Amino acid sequence: MSQTITIDGQEIPYEEGQTIMDAAIAANIYIPHLCHNPEYEPHGSCKLCTVKVNGRNCSACTFPAMQGQDIINHSDDLEHDRKRITQMLFVEGNHFCPACEKTGNCQLQGIAYYLDMHDNHFPHFFANREMDASHPDILIDHNRCIFCNLCVRASQEKDHKNVFAISGRGINKCLIINSKSGKLKDSELDINDCAAHICPTGAILIKRTGYQVPIGQRTYDQHKIDEISLAKEHKHHD
Amino acid sequence: MTDKLKVATTSLAGCFGCHMSLLDIDERMLELAQHIEFDRSPITDIEHCGPCDIGLIEGGVCNSENVHVLREFRKNCKVLVAVGACAINGGLPAMRNHIPLEDCLNEAYIDGLGVENAQIPSDPELPLLLDNVHPIHEIVKVDYYMPGCPPSGDVFWSFLTAIIAGQEPSLPYELVHFD
Ligand code: SF4
Ligand code: SF4
Ligand code: FES
Repeated sequence: MSQTITIDGQEIPYEEGQTIMDAAIAANIYIPHLCHNPEYEPHGSCKLCTVKVNGRNCSACTFPAMQGQDIINHSDDLEHDRKRITQMLFVEGNHFCPACEKTGNCQLQGIAYYLDMHDNHFPHFFANREMDASHPDILIDHNRCIFCNLCVRASQEKDHKNVFAISGRGINKCLIINSKSGKLKDSELDINDCAAHICPTGAILIKRTGYQVPIGQRTYDQHKIDEISLAKEHKHHD
Repeated sequence: MTDKLKVATTSLAGCFGCHMSLLDIDERMLELAQHIEFDRSPITDIEHCGPCDIGLIEGGVCNSENVHVLREFRKNCKVLVAVGACAINGGLPAMRNHIPLEDCLNEAYIDGLGVENAQIPSDPELPLLLDNVHPIHEIVKVDYYMPGCPPSGDVFWSFLTAIIAGQEPSLPYELVHFD
């Protein structure tokens, strides 16, 4: 074998320039992640992919694979931290899944199910967030945005448009739209753009497509997110 | 029979859907009845909670009475369970949290479609509304959570049979749902 790293005792190869996440996906190993999508530049913001590399916490989606790394991906401590991070994401926004069209297909929810999360643990912010239904084909519900930056990256890297940006910090953080009015209808976003379809949560939805698949028969109703994620992303790597 | 587990249940700011779901265990209710008996519950009409083994709380906290009832349950129940989305995160009633209370009352009792003899109810007997609807874990310590809107009959069954058997309740993947 050429150069290798070890994840939970399993030795896997990597290529120069790969991150730990890249090498793991190529070896069909799932490391939980939300803000990462192998088709886009890593962003490293959600911290769900935190693993222990030679005893230190690192974000697998941004940390380069290096010869001989001894990596822990699954441990009670790491799963506990990941659950707390997910719970923070839930209380930071307003996630009322029974009233959300994305339910069952939502990656945030899929991660919560995967982590056996039953509650939100923290007090809720009940932040006052807006909805923008101005665009003829696309709806944004800011209540469900987790600031993963994927729509920003998709718009820049694939659509070459720059429709979205994240502005502000902490509680004032907000997804903003590049148009004079600040409204989606006056932006360049089109229904065929990658950015319109990349959102892992129910924050960006396509109008008139709701409830085509009944609740209970949706992706994470049927399969765990590790299966779904590897089926999609491992293939993409080949 | 004194060795039956005592169970109390209540619906705070909920829709009774979770209670309906408990009834959805169907004929398994007969088996359950051999192991538990109900204390305060809409099923018994007992008005106050005595010492109990399990308290099942449906619904979040939207008014002053909800706070008193919740505290009564916590005081009396060895194990307190948040049942369903509303008890866990406020649920759909909490979608009013970003609307000022006055606007909610005006819409319901003054300006709403088909309102006659418009007036905001102000009888001193009525519990006062809180400005926000809260999940119950923000007010009392909660021991277990049953997610779902509502949690299915199988979730109730799985949870209650585990407690009856003296085991730690846990849910298989198929039973963990937020919708
Ligand atoms: S975005 Fe996901 S977690 Fe949030 S309400 Fe919708 S389904 Fe639930
Ligand atoms: S709208 Fe969706 S894709 Fe964009 S930052 Fe928010 S959660 Fe991520
Ligand atoms: S997936 Fe690595 S930080 Fe979000």
